[in-house]
Amino acid sequence: MSRKHECIAMLLAGGQGSRLGILTKNIAKPAVPYGGKYRIIDFPLSNCVNSNIYTVGVLTQYQPLELNDYIGNGSAWDLDRTDGGVHILSPYQQIKGTEWYKGTANAIYQNINFIDRYDPEYVLILSGDHIYKMDYSKMINFHKEKNADCTIAMLEVPWEEASRFGLMLVNEDGSISEFEEKPKNPRSNKASMGVYVFSWKKLRAYLLDDEANPNSSNDFGKDLIPAMHNAGERMFAYAFDGYWKDVGTIDSLWEANLDLLNPQVDLDLTDSSWKIYSKNPVTCPHYVADTAKVQNSMIAEGCEIAGEVDFSVLFANVTVEEGAVVRDSIMMPGSVVKSGAIVQYAIVAENAVIENNAVVGKRPEETENKDEWGVAVVGAGVNVGKGAVVAPKAMIGEDVKGAE
Amino acid sequence: MRANNVLGLIFSNTYDHYLNELTAMRSMGSVPYGGRYRLIDFQLSAMVNSGIGKVGIITKSNYQSLMDHVGNGRAWDLSRKNGGLFILPPFNTSTASGIYSGRIEAISNAMDFVSHSDEEYILMTDCNTLYNFDFAEMFRQHEKTGADITIAYINGVAPKIVELAELETDDGNRITGISRSRSGVESNYAINVYLMRKALLERLINEAMSLGYHSFTMDILLKNIDKLKMYGFKAPGYVRMLDDMQSYFEANMSLLDSDNRKALCLSQPVYTKVKDDVPAIYGLNSEVKNSLIADGCVIEGQVINSVLFRGVHIGKGTVIKDSVLMQNTYVGDNVSLNCVLADKDVVIKPGKVLSGDKTFPIHIGKGIVI
Repeated sequence: MSRKHECIAMLLAGGQGSRLGILTKNIAKPAVPYGGKYRIIDFPLSNCVNSNIYTVGVLTQYQPLELNDYIGNGSAWDLDRTDGGVHILSPYQQIKGTEWYKGTANAIYQNINFIDRYDPEYVLILSGDHIYKMDYSKMINFHKEKNADCTIAMLEVPWEEASRFGLMLVNEDGSISEFEEKPKNPRSNKASMGVYVFSWKKLRAYLLDDEANPNSSNDFGKDLIPAMHNAGERMFAYAFDGYWKDVGTIDSLWEANLDLLNPQVDLDLTDSSWKIYSKNPVTCPHYVADTAKVQNSMIAEGCEIAGEVDFSVLFANVTVEEGAVVRDSIMMPGSVVKSGAIVQYAIVAENAVIENNAVVGKRPEETENKDEWGVAVVGAGVNVGKGAVVAPKAMIGEDVKGAE
Repeated sequence: MRANNVLGLIFSNTYDHYLNELTAMRSMGSVPYGGRYRLIDFQLSAMVNSGIGKVGIITKSNYQSLMDHVGNGRAWDLSRKNGGLFILPPFNTSTASGIYSGRIEAISNAMDFVSHSDEEYILMTDCNTLYNFDFAEMFRQHEKTGADITIAYINGVAPKIVELAELETDDGNRITGISRSRSGVESNYAINVYLMRKALLERLINEAMSLGYHSFTMDILLKNIDKLKMYGFKAPGYVRMLDDMQSYFEANMSLLDSDNRKALCLSQPVYTKVKDDVPAIYGLNSEVKNSLIADGCVIEGQVINSVLFRGVHIGKGTVIKDSVLMQNTYVGDNVSLNCVLADKDVVIKPGKVLSGDKTFPIHIGKGIVI
């Protein structure tokens, strides 16, 4: 028995994030490290807590081990609660058989019993793929004011990028008149952020309908929301104004990390009134040696730096030896760059080792054919041998033999 | 001896007056150290790492910051149903005034807690000593030698602390003589880490109380040297006792040495209360050499041979040299600091110049604006 909760959140964290390649070989996308000490899922979880939502179901499916381990009992986000708290919801065996989550709507459908236990008025649907700071309570208030059945958070995106998003045409009163899914010639630049507030009774009914429909792909964006719209339910768009980034590709993940070093970018993680919580590593402060040169970078605790670091983000316990250079790069926890090695325009995943004099990545201005240029990625635990060269845009999942 | 059969007892206020300036508003245990820690972290972590599951912290005065820091003990995995963390504040009884005056009285005040614990052994430690060794080694030696009391010690130049026990031992580490340590003289001196059966401690304290004794070293240890089997345990690794502001300053600086850092902070995990700060941010023209920097720092200027705690801000054109700046120190633009020890929340306005000496750093009290 649980007391009634006005709103609970369901966080879709089952995505593979296949465009992140080897970075998500062994972990789900929401567990991908970001910003020196965080993982992507810290953002929606912290937003929930900061918005006074203390009951969160996290739906996992793809490679959940590390994610489950990371979330633990939720204490890092103050989500270890007697009433509510964080719950990991994986697909489970039922009397009619076993099913994976077939789509985003199906994932919620399979957990109707979980939601019913809290008897909420509203359900907030989130995804674990985005970096943003948002006060969900304002959106829920908007939903109430408009007496809406479904409210979708929207963001104005640059027109030239609009065709990559699910777009909405919005009336003056904020109601949604039309949806367009990744159109070639967009008529709107108002993109859906994948953040939804539903009145639970309505959503529950549509989930049952959607499941009964054999032609449905059981997806919120493709099936359930259009069905609600066609039936004339009250659908509203809630305008969000702030930093929001889908870190679905290597380039966008790299960019989103380096955005933290750009004072022009509207994402302030130092704001103590809206903290982003995470599991903090147990290590000592980082050490910068006499031989080091560190500029314009973000450096987490436990790092040992004796080389040159410029315009980069270093996670906990990274080692940059004397004479090594790291620039325009992301170094994930425990990775090592040995003396004489150069890492540039690259993402080096957890515990990877770049041996002496190896070169990872290339500056775009040094690349003749710009089509061949891209951010180089070294996978978790990979060893790049002495003097080896990792080309730009390469994605290395196996050890690379040394050239010396 | 199973470690979960050992009760931990930490004295959080002992020798407060040796670090007067830092303990004016806090207890020894909550004195910040090493960029992100409080002194008590080393005691709690070493106990937990050795397998101890129940720890009492004896407090005396100014323990608000300590309680805020340790909370329910979760950071040390001491928030438990069985055992866990207990804060033991002083209280008034018909026989004692509450505020105790020595170690014997302090233990006596905590005797209810000690007696009601199921553990057979007790390990007692202070907070002004920095180390990170495995107490389990000490437990093993205690069992092997069949000692009544095992006392951890190190060899070195004895600190200024009065009534520290100087030990004479035979080849088998059996203690054959105890005397008052001589400050500044190289010797084997005890670091106030004691292991014994709980029942023995209860008996010794009761006796001492009834006879009006005060000094644990002189009245209990020394007077029982022939009656009890006492053994010394030579504490391995990094061990430093803080006995004045200079030693505190130097202990912070000692972490700039990689071997010291590994020995004290990384040989076993040292847990502390987390602050969820952002990683440190280095600006366009920052220059940092031989320094220890915690999360939450923003560095726009120069930092050389210094320790910056969490959330320190260094302005543009500013030069920080040989200094220790505690949590949330805000240093404006074009400031020059040399050999400065700034307590928490200090603000140094733009253009100021402060210079101390390595042997006598300038201390700036908590929250002072210059």
